[in-house]
Amino acid sequence: MIRLRGIERIFRVGEEEVHALRSVDLDITAGEYLSIMGPSGSGKSTLLNLIGLLDRPNAGRYELDERDVTGLTDDEQARVRREKIGFVFQFFHLVPRLTAAQNIELPMVLAGVDPAERRERLRKLLAEYALEARARHRPDQLSGGQCQRVAIARAMSMRPAVILADEPTGNLDRHTGQEVMAVLERVHHDGGTVLLVTHDPEIGGRAQRTLRMIDGAIVSDQKADAGGNGGT
Amino acid sequence: MSPADFAGFTFTSLTSHRLRTSLTALGIAVGIAAVILLTSIGEGLHRFVIAEFTQFGTNLVTVTPGRITTHGASLGAVNTVRPLSIDDALALTRVRYVQVTDPMVQGNAEVVYAGKSRRVTLYGTGADFSRALSMRVASGEFLPHDDPRAARALAVLGSKVAKELFGGENPLGARLRIGGERYRIVGVMESKGQILGFDLDDTVFIPVGRALDMFNRESLMEIHVLYEPTAPLAEVEAGIKRVMVARHGAEDFTVTPQQKMLEVFGTVLNALTFAVAAIGAISLVVGGVGILTILTIAVAERTSEIGLLRAIGATQRAILLLFLGEAALLAAVGGAAGLAMGWGIAGALKLVLPALPVHTPWHYAVLAEVVAVGVGLAAGVLPARRAARLDPLEALRSE
Repeated sequence: MIRLRGIERIFRVGEEEVHALRSVDLDITAGEYLSIMGPSGSGKSTLLNLIGLLDRPNAGRYELDERDVTGLTDDEQARVRREKIGFVFQFFHLVPRLTAAQNIELPMVLAGVDPAERRERLRKLLAEYALEARARHRPDQLSGGQCQRVAIARAMSMRPAVILADEPTGNLDRHTGQEVMAVLERVHHDGGTVLLVTHDPEIGGRAQRTLRMIDGAIVSDQKADAGGNGGT
Repeated sequence: MSPADFAGFTFTSLTSHRLRTSLTALGIAVGIAAVILLTSIGEGLHRFVIAEFTQFGTNLVTVTPGRITTHGASLGAVNTVRPLSIDDALALTRVRYVQVTDPMVQGNAEVVYAGKSRRVTLYGTGADFSRALSMRVASGEFLPHDDPRAARALAVLGSKVAKELFGGENPLGARLRIGGERYRIVGVMESKGQILGFDLDDTVFIPVGRALDMFNRESLMEIHVLYEPTAPLAEVEAGIKRVMVARHGAEDFTVTPQQKMLEVFGTVLNALTFAVAAIGAISLVVGGVGILTILTIAVAERTSEIGLLRAIGATQRAILLLFLGEAALLAAVGGAAGLAMGWGIAGALKLVLPALPVHTPWHYAVLAEVVAVGVGLAAGVLPARRAARLDPLEALRSE
């Protein structure tokens, strides 16, 4: 479903050029649960952003669902993000003035999903992520774990092809982090593709498949045999 | 994004900062109120002046002696202006469409009655003066249709003169002295009030021939020509000129239609209204700068939100429209408040100062609202463009 070939990403920092990604080749099939690990500055977030079409490679080719998305215009990228990609961020990125329900709805609102259809999906999402009691609360009235659940529900609202989670537990305590991971893993169980960036080996180790990156290159690609849910 | 969702989203972002939103809207409100108030006064003044002049009727043409032109090397040129005579006035009645003509001369004279004397404005007129200038007689009648060259010594008093000289007495039939001659009073005019400082009630009317003798003048000051209201003005004017040129041998007179005078006044007053509106518009511009400032701050504050919206699929255009929408909504709310304010103050002014003419045409209100939204959009363009052009990734990182 995702196919990266010879991806290069170079940042300019003043006079220096920093090679954030060096000839990265990667294939991800639908339904995979994959974690990308590595020290900070290893290029794991850059890789995630490229896959999420928030960034462009300097060289290489990126295919998403058999379609070359490397050279899309800004608007086309936005459309692909809207239809196929769900983001989960470390700092939740909820809109503070909107309620939990409105935050979850936001991608559907932007995509112009029909209100009746929208209400139905919202109802299901609230039930699925145990947020019904919190639907009318604003983010500042929610706990960190609830915020991240809202963020995951929002990411799922457009039924994306892939969920990209960048340190989703990085801003949560251990216990709440575990809960959030369980939610993400349920997405995977239900057939979703989940890409997880983390520097926490315990979290990363739960995935089916683990990439290790150092200095912009993938140095190892391991698949666990038993579905990777050993942690729970 | 559907229009309802769009409106809802901009609405919540404005209501989340109530104080800030109201203060910014207030800036626009003050500007719109100023424009509304000043144009209301300008328009009120316009109507007031036009009403003052149309009280004499609009189907009126005035002929005056002499020609208003710009002469170049006419130094030493002989003045060949022939006096405007009573016969000219009589001749003009033959012009097509003309209903009535009336010769007029005006001056000051002393009126004496029963030991009381008063200096008044004396009008020497024909019998049709009151009709030509739409003035009404309160009691008695206006000067009769005598032979204008040998009219009887009859006089009509303005309402103020009648009151001052006769008090409660009925002046009809009484005799008084005007400039040393004896006159019998046949009528008293209705009060007409003042116009541009002239008291039209402190007047006495006598036959024009007698007035010319009294003032020792050869020429009339004006001939009023009243024409059929539906007649084409250009033809009336041409007819008057033809007759006058035939009598005088040259165009040594000036024809001024009341309508043209009104047009001139209208132009001047419109310019005045426009000028005060422009002064009000300055405060509107200041209000626009307020929107620009607040929106620039909002874009900076909400950078990470913009990043998020871009990440979940908002196009640059969508972001642009969202911020433009906020600017327009802010300005529209301010504009509506300003309308209410302007109208309120105009109404209050009317109550406190009834003499001050204030008038707000509704199309000004609509125009003001449109202008407010326009100012909002113009002010929103820069911040909205900045928001739309943010790099989504960098925007997401700013926390």
